[in-house]
Amino acid sequence: MTQKILILSGLIYLALAAAWVLQSGIVRDGPEILHVACDPTRELWADVNTHFVENQERATGKRWRVNMSHGGSGSQARAVIDGLPADFLSLALWSDTDAVRKAGLIDDGWVDEQPYRSLPYFSTIVFVVRKGNPKGVRDWPDLVTGDVNIVTPNPKTSGNGKWSVLAAWGACLRRGMSETETDAYLKELFRRVPVLDTSARNATATFASKKRGDVHLTWENEAILEVAEAVGELEIVYPSCSIRAEPHIAVVDRIVERRGTQEIVASYVKFLYTDEAQHLIAKHHHRPSNPAILARYADRFPNIALFPATDVAPTWDAILAKFFAENAAFDRWMRN
Amino acid sequence: MAEARRRRDPSYVKLPLIAATFGILGVLIILPLYQVFAQAFGNGVAAYWSKLTDSPETRHAIFLTLMVAPTAVMLNTVFGTIAAYTIARFRFPGRTVLVSLIDLPFSVSPVVAGLVLVLLYGKNAAVGGWLFEWGYQVIFAPPGLVLATAFVTFPFVVRELIPVLEANGAEEELAARSLGASGRQMFFAVTLPNIKWGLLYGVILCNARAMGEFGAIYVVSGRITGQTDTMPLRIEKLYQEYDTTGAMAIASLLTFLSLVTLALKAWLETKLRR
Amino acid sequence: MAVGMKKALPGYRLGLGMTTAFLGLIVLLPLAAGAAKAFELSPSEFLAAVWTPRTVAAYKLTLWTSFAAASINVVLGLTVAWTLVRYDFPGRKILDALVDIPFALPTAVAGLIYANLYIADGPVGRLLMPMTGEIAYTPAGIVLVLIFTGFPFVVRSVQPVLEDLDAEMEEAAMILGASPLQNFMRVILPNLIAPTLTGFTLALARSVGEYGSVIFISTNRPYEMEIAPVLIVARLEEYAYREAAAVAVVLLAVSFVLLIAINLLERRSRRHG
Repeated sequence: MTQKILILSGLIYLALAAAWVLQSGIVRDGPEILHVACDPTRELWADVNTHFVENQERATGKRWRVNMSHGGSGSQARAVIDGLPADFLSLALWSDTDAVRKAGLIDDGWVDEQPYRSLPYFSTIVFVVRKGNPKGVRDWPDLVTGDVNIVTPNPKTSGNGKWSVLAAWGACLRRGMSETETDAYLKELFRRVPVLDTSARNATATFASKKRGDVHLTWENEAILEVAEAVGELEIVYPSCSIRAEPHIAVVDRIVERRGTQEIVASYVKFLYTDEAQHLIAKHHHRPSNPAILARYADRFPNIALFPATDVAPTWDAILAKFFAENAAFDRWMRN
Repeated sequence: MAEARRRRDPSYVKLPLIAATFGILGVLIILPLYQVFAQAFGNGVAAYWSKLTDSPETRHAIFLTLMVAPTAVMLNTVFGTIAAYTIARFRFPGRTVLVSLIDLPFSVSPVVAGLVLVLLYGKNAAVGGWLFEWGYQVIFAPPGLVLATAFVTFPFVVRELIPVLEANGAEEELAARSLGASGRQMFFAVTLPNIKWGLLYGVILCNARAMGEFGAIYVVSGRITGQTDTMPLRIEKLYQEYDTTGAMAIASLLTFLSLVTLALKAWLETKLRR
Repeated sequence: MAVGMKKALPGYRLGLGMTTAFLGLIVLLPLAAGAAKAFELSPSEFLAAVWTPRTVAAYKLTLWTSFAAASINVVLGLTVAWTLVRYDFPGRKILDALVDIPFALPTAVAGLIYANLYIADGPVGRLLMPMTGEIAYTPAGIVLVLIFTGFPFVVRSVQPVLEDLDAEMEEAAMILGASPLQNFMRVILPNLIAPTLTGFTLALARSVGEYGSVIFISTNRPYEMEIAPVLIVARLEEYAYREAAAVAVVLLAVSFVLLIAINLLERRSRRHG
């Protein structure tokens, strides 16, 4: 008898679960937008979204919803291209956002649509070293001295990894090194990378928890968090110069048209450039684009010479082709 | 009957084997499991509980896993039983190819599984695009999660049942037929009861794996927080946010769930093996 | 015995039809979509995508570590299955439940934990250092993690067969004067070959595709310790869908051939059993 009850309740449960799954595929549009973002920005957007929704409710009486999706920058771009209905994008690399444009989902000229070239904030790549900086790593040339080992994620699978390469390359050019010397430098650098993690966070774990390597090349905001978590075991070192890492935002025009969410998205974008949002951005350790507000946080964001990615190669397509394509520079460096 | 067997082998065989079993399971499984729980309860039991229940996203992730995994398991169980019967009882050309095709999903890397599902059901794909026009979304919604889970756990039940069916032999079924039983009667009254333990094992394994699947789900879910995050995805998210305690709390819940299903089986076993 | 079964037992056509339909829908159709993508490449492009020193290094690593892990799992799995079925001892039921843990735990969690345990200054790594050097970040670490993820297969394949084994056969053999060893070799072992091979096949297949756990314990350096799935992800990140699909197709083909070979072996062993 108990057996029969068990089986019956099991079957009912399964039927309900199956029904729920089936109906969840029906496309429903409500007063909500989907913001597809890259990985290390969870807390920032959670904070921004809360403030945004409250503001909007106060201003218009309507309670909107901002749904977030986080993932690797490239994975997110591919998901959007494959049908993830994103209204708004904030990815780590210009090339990923542009890939969505190439798929026809974003209008041309998107970079200039929003203020500061569609950048509510920007960031850079810095060094994290062990307490006391025992190997004395102060700047880019120090990375290839002695027995210094470096931790940075795989450029092929991580935005952080790509920005690290560009930062190192650009720094060499700024020091007047020739192309051949720079290439040799980077090859030597990657010889000293013991583990190629697939993502930024994994690299952080390798450096901070598993205590591999002497220097960690990572996003500024990641570095600040990492050092805070390590409670005195790690320090940040700002090199003399680094790359201006630009995580552009973009409105996904086709999706917004289809879902009729122009109003919400426009308010959302506008909000990101308000003082309130710029302060939130700084609070989460990203550099706000608004110069006045950035100046107020001078103690948190030391002055560092930042060069743009275009110093390394004229366009992002050229960058990808030169460094990260099959059999390009990175593959060569790895080949021994 | 099973109990009587347990005393037969000589101790110079028994004791080393028992010791070896403890050693193997201890090093391979208990040790890692201990780590999971140690980190999950690292901040105390109250913190553990709040990690699981406070966040609406985590609650939804648990709910979603409990909806998606059983659905996929059910599909694979129904299929698995039919397939195992066909394969075990009959010989036909292409049988080995069929079995190998059934085994194939195991060797498909989760990355690839996600990729091919998107290639089939994505907005730009043949099937996906068509469904999309009808206002139905498979990828980046729970139905896609079920398909991905079903794909990845496809062989479990079948493979569990084939050896059991073959060990049982067709004698009882043939006997039933000769006594005039219809196909349906034979299947439900003779075949199924004889394989119920293999079936249960297969379902439990399938379920455990289904709930723990990460790679393929990562690709096909769109990772929409609070909507398409299953428990494994939630674990990854929390880990990314430096919340290792929260991540391990959910991981420990996954192991609890699989242990519970096994406990259920053990309980059923004692009730039914009278 | 098998001959004429199609007439004696019902459900052959229906069963085969439903099996192939379901298989086609859930498994083959998506894989075909992947293959279609891969074959958008010309033959020379396809070859260039799947056969380079780097990809070959990845294939080799994937295959040998999977074989090693599956083989070790046969030894471990048989030991455990045997003990759990045939002996009673305190804690047996708990151990039995633990066998499935590798399935329940998401692979990434397993990888993380194993890496933390086996690095040079980890709890276990520390003990092993003087004897074996560091295990994490070596192929041995990869094999270890693959042993973990594939462990339940052999155990759970062999267990139901062992449990259902006719006690009377063994008793008869004993009464007829067979020694425990003869009993084992002649009565029990023949029945175990098929499920063991099944378990080995499944563990092998699983290991070949494993990604989530391996990336945490491997250095992932190309030509050294890069597994094939990482290659695929790298190509996807370049938006090179076709090339990624091409590598996936090669992996699939290799797995398929392996599976057929082992399944044929299994069939032959059963015929002689």
